[in-house]
Amino acid sequence: MDRELKKGSAELLILSLIENRPRHGYEISKLIESRSDGVLRFNVASFYPLLYRLEQRGFIEGRWVEKAGQRRRRYYRLTAQGRKMLKEQRSTWRDFVNAMNQITGAEHA
Amino acid sequence: MPDWSQLIRRRLEGLNLAPTREAEIIEELNQHLNDRYEEVLASGATTEEATRTIISELDSGGLVAELQPLLRPAPDLPAMGERHAGGHIAQLWRDIRYGARLLQRNPGFAMVAILSLALGIGANTAIFQLLDAILLRSLPVDHPEELADVVIVKAEGGRTGWFSGEHPQLTSPLWQQISQEQQGFSHLAAWNMQSLNLTQGGEARYANALWVTGNFFETLGVRAAHGRLLSEADDQAGCGGAVVISNAFWQREFGGRGDVLGNTLRLEGHPFEIIGITPASFYGVEVGRNFDVALPACAEPVANSPSRMKNPAGWWLAAIGRLKQGWTAERASAQLASASSGILAATIPSGYDALDRERYLKFQLGVRPAASGVSSLRAEYETPLWLLLAVAGLVLLIACANLANLMMARANSRLREMAVRLALGASPFRLASQMLAESLLLAGIGAAVGAGLAQLLSRLLVSFLSTENTQVFVSLIPDWRVLAFTSGLTLLTAILFGLLPAVQSARTPPAEAMKASGRGTTAGRDRHSMRRALVISQVALSLVLLVGALLFVRTLQNLEKVETGFHRTNVLVSTMDFTALNIPQPQRTTYRQQILERLRSIPGVDSAAGSNIIPVSGEGWNDNINVSEFGIRRAVANFDQVTPGYFHTMRTPLIAGRDFSESDTLSSPLVAVVTETFVRKFLKGTNPVGKTFSVVLGDGKPERAYQIVGLVKDVKYSSLREEFTPIVFVSELQDQQPDPYSQVLLRADVPLADVIAAVKKEMAALNPGIVLKFSVFDTIVREGLLRERLMATLSGFFGLLAAILAMVGLYGVVSYMVARRKNEIGIRIALGAKATSILGMILREAARLVGIGLGIGAILALFAGTAASAMLFQMKPSDPLTLVTAGASLAAVAVAASLLPAHRAAKLDPMQALREE
Repeated sequence: MDRELKKGSAELLILSLIENRPRHGYEISKLIESRSDGVLRFNVASFYPLLYRLEQRGFIEGRWVEKAGQRRRRYYRLTAQGRKMLKEQRSTWRDFVNAMNQITGAEHA
Repeated sequence: MPDWSQLIRRRLEGLNLAPTREAEIIEELNQHLNDRYEEVLASGATTEEATRTIISELDSGGLVAELQPLLRPAPDLPAMGERHAGGHIAQLWRDIRYGARLLQRNPGFAMVAILSLALGIGANTAIFQLLDAILLRSLPVDHPEELADVVIVKAEGGRTGWFSGEHPQLTSPLWQQISQEQQGFSHLAAWNMQSLNLTQGGEARYANALWVTGNFFETLGVRAAHGRLLSEADDQAGCGGAVVISNAFWQREFGGRGDVLGNTLRLEGHPFEIIGITPASFYGVEVGRNFDVALPACAEPVANSPSRMKNPAGWWLAAIGRLKQGWTAERASAQLASASSGILAATIPSGYDALDRERYLKFQLGVRPAASGVSSLRAEYETPLWLLLAVAGLVLLIACANLANLMMARANSRLREMAVRLALGASPFRLASQMLAESLLLAGIGAAVGAGLAQLLSRLLVSFLSTENTQVFVSLIPDWRVLAFTSGLTLLTAILFGLLPAVQSARTPPAEAMKASGRGTTAGRDRHSMRRALVISQVALSLVLLVGALLFVRTLQNLEKVETGFHRTNVLVSTMDFTALNIPQPQRTTYRQQILERLRSIPGVDSAAGSNIIPVSGEGWNDNINVSEFGIRRAVANFDQVTPGYFHTMRTPLIAGRDFSESDTLSSPLVAVVTETFVRKFLKGTNPVGKTFSVVLGDGKPERAYQIVGLVKDVKYSSLREEFTPIVFVSELQDQQPDPYSQVLLRADVPLADVIAAVKKEMAALNPGIVLKFSVFDTIVREGLLRERLMATLSGFFGLLAAILAMVGLYGVVSYMVARRKNEIGIRIALGAKATSILGMILREAARLVGIGLGIGAILALFAGTAASAMLFQMKPSDPLTLVTAGASLAAVAVAASLLPAHRAAKLDPMQALREE
């Protein structure tokens, strides 16, 4: 898949994956991979810069969490700003996909 | 499972991330890679394959390039773990910048610290600067290390004769003989310094004149800035009358005009031709006293009558020379010592009697290094200046203790920060060196401010040392010694107050520090005992300084109210020099009488009398006397020659007999008035009136017999410090060889400035050629106490400063103690403890610190006092009253300083205190 397209869409994917509960980086990247049936795959070197950029822009927030018997992990959750952003991106994406579908003429038999 | 963190760290290195951020990223990515690794293994790969996959994934996405714009590089926070690139200097610089930011955030602390350091370093530098200028600095000439002077190193029984100038080492015949016989010097020159009058009539104005032998400037290697300097040719019989002026004199008197060469300068009324100007850097060979004009020694007789040069027993010259290559002062000294007996035998003053001759022949000549010239300030101020430097050093030490205390308090509040950094792998050394850098920064700023302050202070000190009659000139431009001293002091200071907190913070185990806010930990207790120790030493040191200050202040007081035998206020000393009128000797006494009559007629003048010697001014005249009735032979007594009415003018009580009268003249028997000590020492306490004694004149002349007509109360003669000495007063009216001037003391009941104006008018009316000079007697007396006043003022100031610093320290420690025990105090109050008992508890704690401090201080003060005992007057260094006064006042302020925090403790709201737990 195209690199830029992947990166643009990845932000939306990350935001939506942590919409309901905080997740750590590896979990997010695995979910992206599994839910896209392996179409979207990020390795460590490209995934974390994405996460950090989102964090820096204030859409997500990382926090170290310790659980009994485990090493501490960094969990990311959506900020209020991120929630707004997700809403906007979702509708933009939906419009975009609809437009694409209309033009490319996906036949509904 | 492999550890990926090193791999990740290496890839992140170039980003120069903040250490904490870097650590977090490494941890997060490491975990991700672990999860991924297990995943790859689970899919059936071997460990090698899995590792290869992970590494290739780590390198495939351009991790660094992606992160670069995203993550800010580290601010200049010092390293947590490993050292940054850039070496020690860059490291230090980073630490200092970090320290500067911390100080900016805490301006109150910074101000207090810098101010106390500036005062401490400033005072030390100022005193050292003066010490350097007076004691250590070399003369500003070529190769000063080759210079040496010739002196009489051994003179048992003392020298006899007439002494003039501040450094009367040699007579003219002695000088000539030495310059012929010596072998160690390539050049040897002689000089003498004298004040010469620039005016002709009216009030005198003086120039510091340097009489020099013709080779003086050549010997020193000084070259003319303009014109030429004196040479051998100028110092020959039939002296031409040439004068060289100093650059300062040229600027002052002639405004630096270019056409002064060839002009005539009148000194004591005699014309001298200005032939050259010395360079600005050259001030002569006497430190503290700059020369204005230099004249060939051969011209001395025209300015002085009787001449110093022509008097075989006139001690007036000092010799300075340049040692030959390969000769040391010791070798030159040995050569001269071996030649001593020949030189002395050839120069015995003609007037000496058998005893004087015997003593003279036993003198020994020697050579001393003279790279730093000579100075009469040295003998007088060497001990006081070293003592003051020690005192200022102690003040700085107390200031350092205070700062160490403050720094520790700050370190305490940063304990957690330190602990985190230690836990993250910063080396204790790094933390300590960072704290030290902070101290260095503080000390540096303090030193810079202090160095500026020192310039002011040292100039103030010099003006303190200058008197109406002796201006002190010393070069205060800091040289390498001053710079080295100040920077050394700064470094030492920084280490002193920075090291303790630095070591403390580096030593604290991180776990301890992390656990709580430092309360209840061992480290905390340690720290606190250190602070107590600091306060105890502060109290002890400030007691030493206070005791010292009190000793000096009371010495000054004792001297000021010591019984002098005269009243010193409202007395004007006026000198009328009528040399220019050429009055023949036999008529001079009558002329003096005339002057005195005119002065007595001035309205507001209560009484006036002539006197050869001004008491306690440092002037003196002594002679040997015989009192045959009591078997006294060749005993030394002080002399003064006065007019009738002198004792009334000085308010010296006449105990028996009579004052001199107008009827004691040259044709009547010689009479004298003596003091109580004279009677006690030489007349076995009997009634002196009517008794006789005789003065040994030497020179083969018969003894001169005097009859005692009066007894006066003891008076101080040459200084206030001395015990009363036997004094003989003789009558001016019976002077067989009166000088062409008269010195008069006037007691007035109107302002002395009015009297001066009236005297000028009267004398101008009598003859405008009379040269006048005025000084105030009280000022002369007070100037005699200059050294004591200097010590009292400065040690008082330092003592006060020390006490204030110590009290600030005590306040800090008691406040800290209260804060630490808030909890406990809260519980006590909740359980019903009264406010007064809390107050008592805190005050007792403070009192314990102060008590220990005072105890140690008292012992130290006793030792320190003995070091200064030579400078005390009617005071023992172990004076109990002084010790008790100093201790009690320190204790009183200590109570005041701890009362505030104690009061705060007593007023504590238990609920609030406990809630803070």
